[in-house]
Amino acid sequence: MSWYTKAIEEKKPQKKALWIKCKGCGSHIWESEWSDNMSVCPNCNYHCSMTAHQRINLIFDKGSFRELFDNISPVDSLNFTDLKGSYKDKIEANKKKSGISEAVITGHGKIKGFDLVTAIMDFRFLGGSLGSGTGEKILQAANFAYDYGLPYIVFSASGGARMQEGVLSLMQMAKTCAGVARLNKKNIPFISVLLNPTTGGVTASYAMMGDLNIAEPGAVIGFAGRRVIEQTIGEKLPEDFQTAEYLLEHGFIDSIVQRKDMKDYLANVLSYYNR
Amino acid sequence: MVVATGVKVLDRAKKQRSSLNKKARQVSAWDIVKISRHPQRPILQDYIQRVFTNFVELHGDRAFGDDTAIIGGFAQIGNQKVMLIGHNKGKNTTEHIERNFGMAKPEGYRKALRLMKLAQRFNLPIITIIDTPGAFPGLEAEERGQAESIARNITEMANIEVPIISMVIGEGGSGGALGIGVGDRILMLSNAIYSVISPEGCASILWRDAKFAPDAAEALKITAHALLKNDIIDEIIEEPAEGAHADYEKIAADVKRSLIRNLRSLSDISVYELLEQRFEKYAAMGKFAVD
Ligand SMILES: [Zn+2]
Repeated sequence: MSWYTKAIEEKKPQKKALWIKCKGCGSHIWESEWSDNMSVCPNCNYHCSMTAHQRINLIFDKGSFRELFDNISPVDSLNFTDLKGSYKDKIEANKKKSGISEAVITGHGKIKGFDLVTAIMDFRFLGGSLGSGTGEKILQAANFAYDYGLPYIVFSASGGARMQEGVLSLMQMAKTCAGVARLNKKNIPFISVLLNPTTGGVTASYAMMGDLNIAEPGAVIGFAGRRVIEQTIGEKLPEDFQTAEYLLEHGFIDSIVQRKDMKDYLANVLSYYNR
Repeated sequence: MVVATGVKVLDRAKKQRSSLNKKARQVSAWDIVKISRHPQRPILQDYIQRVFTNFVELHGDRAFGDDTAIIGGFAQIGNQKVMLIGHNKGKNTTEHIERNFGMAKPEGYRKALRLMKLAQRFNLPIITIIDTPGAFPGLEAEERGQAESIARNITEMANIEVPIISMVIGEGGSGGALGIGVGDRILMLSNAIYSVISPEGCASILWRDAKFAPDAAEALKITAHALLKNDIIDEIIEEPAEGAHADYEKIAADVKRSLIRNLRSLSDISVYELLEQRFEKYAAMGKFAVD
């Protein structure tokens, strides 16, 4: 954001920003308390979504993060238009709204001194959907990790494949997993951190392929949408269905880690990488 | 700004594409969706009878069960021995229910992966036949790791050390299709579809009503001809105008010819080259802007 727009925004009355309503329990939390608590509700432990940049500040050593592949952004290659308008316009609107140009930020940095490559998805950008540009960045970051022999950590938050890119988006599942497959072959660790929500094509590709799959508490993680499943089976699903806790119970994730402990946890497991 | 794009295109695909540009197609995407789902459309079992011989079906994922929505086993095409794996929808109501309309569960994908690794052990090329509305969206599928099973197949197929040919014969339904679809060649029948989401599903999200499925089908560019143009598939097997169901023997003969030709094109390639080419093929997929 330029200093000019910032100056204008600061002049606006700020009444809306005084407190935050928790999506988990509905209680009102002072904004300062909310941000001191890393957007986690002090009452119910609801882990609210964070922007990619907020997460970088939370997880990476101060000043260590260097962004890579930020020259990649989406194009409307199918000229996709639905009732609400063109994908092209949506791309521009999402760029403006979020200040980023794809649904993922890629780069390298340090966690408590451990060097690694990372991709951090940002749900604000088209619901964190996996498009061609998203897939390209995730693959290029994987290739960077491969070339330099560095561990790769992907933080996922996504509604799934980006419909507006048709099968091109579906193929990003194969493209990103091809990158993961190369890391596997070279015995380079790949850690997947699943955030709320991680669903559809992202869960059915790299997000489930971590050597370690880690999730934040309460994160919704699943393949098919809850409503679709309820329609298929004709009954209501259990309350905890497709939550991080449900997946832990069924053996698909290694651990649920509180946001405040994530940095220490990742540094600790990276310390076991003995190469 | 330049638009980067997939560059690996076979000569045949190039030729098919340029001939396409000449003859404008009158048929709508929705017409093709209907043909791809036609109740009389030939399915895997029809091709097993006509294209392959000596099919030895192998069962089970060695962990949970045997999913009949995906079948597989040793088979012979011409004098080439292969591993054949594919969705089988079934033909009538009893078969549909028995085979869950070709909607596989995790055990189906895990069986498929087991057979692919078996193919590698036996040094046999793999043919995967895709025909599914999608992976099964049910409680028990989620419980047993539908996402994980598809993710693992997609990832491990990148490292399978024998040639893989994938052919979409009917519906290529999203992750459920891709879960056995990471081939060195992707072939498609001219009235088959391949989509990231069903037209109905897309319409109900982006048009707020499933009745806009024909619009979604058009917008999603799910036909074989659109996919060839977008560098996703390598070759189209042309069907009779009314659809493959009009002439089972002819479509089977054309499918067989195409499979044999594509198998041959991959037969003299080193494992190293094969895996490099497969990686490059998928790395090149997608269109995005580079500033
Ligand atoms: Zn709360």
